[in-house]
Amino acid sequence: MTTAPVGAPKRRHTGPGSAIRSADRRRRPMTAGRRANRAGLAFVSPTFVVVLVVVILPILWTVLLAFQHAKLVDIQGMGLLGNWSLDNFTQVFDSAGFWSSLGTTLLYTAGATLGSVVLGLIAALALRKPFRGRGLLRAAMLLPYVAPVVAVAFVWEVALSPQYGVVNDWGHRLFGWDNPIAFLSTREYQVDLLGAHFGIPLALLTVIAFECWRYFPFAFLFILARLQAVPAGLEEAATVDGATLTQRFRHILLPQLMPVIALLCVLRFIMTFNKFDDVYLLTGGGAGTNVAAVRVYDFLTARYDVGAAAAQALVLAASLMILLGFYFTFFGNKVQEES
Amino acid sequence: MTRKATLTRAQFEDRLFGVLRWFVIAFFAVITVAPFYYMVLLSVKPIDALLLDPGSLWVSAKDFTLSTYRDVLKSTDDGGQGFVKFLLNSALVSIGTVILTLLAAVPGAYAVSRLKFFGHRQVSALFLAVYLFPATLLAVPLFVIFAKLGLSSSLVGLAIVYVAQTVPVAIYMLKNYLVTIPPSIEEAAAIDGAGRLQTVRKVILPLALPSLMATGLYVFMIAWNEFLFALLFLAADPEKWTVSLGLAQLSNGVEVPKTILMAGSVVLTIPVVLLFFAAERMLTEGLTSGADKS
Repeated sequence: MTTAPVGAPKRRHTGPGSAIRSADRRRRPMTAGRRANRAGLAFVSPTFVVVLVVVILPILWTVLLAFQHAKLVDIQGMGLLGNWSLDNFTQVFDSAGFWSSLGTTLLYTAGATLGSVVLGLIAALALRKPFRGRGLLRAAMLLPYVAPVVAVAFVWEVALSPQYGVVNDWGHRLFGWDNPIAFLSTREYQVDLLGAHFGIPLALLTVIAFECWRYFPFAFLFILARLQAVPAGLEEAATVDGATLTQRFRHILLPQLMPVIALLCVLRFIMTFNKFDDVYLLTGGGAGTNVAAVRVYDFLTARYDVGAAAAQALVLAASLMILLGFYFTFFGNKVQEES
Repeated sequence: MTRKATLTRAQFEDRLFGVLRWFVIAFFAVITVAPFYYMVLLSVKPIDALLLDPGSLWVSAKDFTLSTYRDVLKSTDDGGQGFVKFLLNSALVSIGTVILTLLAAVPGAYAVSRLKFFGHRQVSALFLAVYLFPATLLAVPLFVIFAKLGLSSSLVGLAIVYVAQTVPVAIYMLKNYLVTIPPSIEEAAAIDGAGRLQTVRKVILPLALPSLMATGLYVFMIAWNEFLFALLFLAADPEKWTVSLGLAQLSNGVEVPKTILMAGSVVLTIPVVLLFFAAERMLTEGLTSGADKS
């Protein structure tokens, strides 16, 4: 009896196939499973349409573009299927900066991922037990993550500036730095340490530090939530058995936290690998920080070479998938077992 | 339990980390708050005071000025930077994005959490794949398509892109909340004769209100802070700039003092931070719900 009113309102949303099937439906009431199936499909369809139009179709088109000669000026008049060629890819692989850019991207991604997760873990452990002002501090610690990237990037830029930056001024006062250090525009900073003389990629390290600073709150938030769900009894039992603080961390907390840490690493790795804004705003991709995402942008806006930009972006996405593939074949099972 | 005067390993560690903990807490408090303090500090100084003493950590009463803000907010016709207009654009895009994203995500999240439909297992994976591809990869074709549709340099086009970028995470957050609502409540509604849509509107939505607010807030923050797509789509038309873009363009401008740049940064940051502090608990719980069960 209730089937008609329950089924009726959603029929309108089920798309073109529904007319045929609804005739069939009048004869026989639908099973609950079929109704759920239809309602489910109808309910996800708005999302699906948006994602299809704004994400999936553009990606497919990028794949096509990567195999064509396409400059921004003539792309408007071009058909979907133009003259095929592999020139874009030979251009990408042959061009001088490609491999070094990929290397930079990997260093940047790995450094920022590890750094932000480790910082987040330390922060979560420190704020685990309640103290006065903890709630406020917890909220304040999320500031770098919620604040707009443009604003915080400029703050770093100004603070690190060799002319009017607060960091160089205090470096001079406290550590006696002779010359101001241009953190964001020094490719190789020469260091003399214990007689050894070597260069460190200063600008890249600074960008990595910025990334760690901006995203450790994200790791902190998730690790803290997981920490608070660890049953207290486990640790109490270990304490009674005489386990010290570091032992309890190593053998009780860490195994509990491992799944969420692994998940955070994967998430941060993907996000950082594709990151554009941070590096673009801080250094513009100069001084040895030319990560792949910024390179794609340069191909697009400086040379208007859509084909080359698409090919470059595609190679980037492919390398990311290969890396993730490696990760899941070697570590995926372990993570699943632990969770 | 102290039988000996010397410390046991456990006592030593407890004391060591008990002290270290406070250093760590102080360290994190400084690195998170100091940059924001510095931003506000520079924004209320004249540029001469900054150049004279770059290391000063406060502002003297005679130097204190709000003229930087006046300059940033004044419209371009009056010789300012026109940030009021940018604020309005940003607000329009962000609020539009929140409404559209929630409209799409609520039914989607409901379906994923409750209904066994064809492909319900694959749906989450599919949506998360959105984040696998670099945004720059999407930018090229979207730029061309929008140019064809006449949507380039329009705020509507920008909002549509933001919706696609935020819908997956919105579904994820809402879903985590919806699964905690017992199905028996819905069954009761169904027995009372409510249809599926009616149940969602009158039963599920009121119950999920906290999660809706948290999700909406998170989406707002993403849209407000976004930079790349705004740069690609709107750069040509200063009338349409969002605050993020306006600020970035301001820094490229000739001879804009850094103190004005910092005032712009404060203007850009304040709305997000205020919203965040107003709803911090709700937001952090909304984001991490589900994470503690993993």
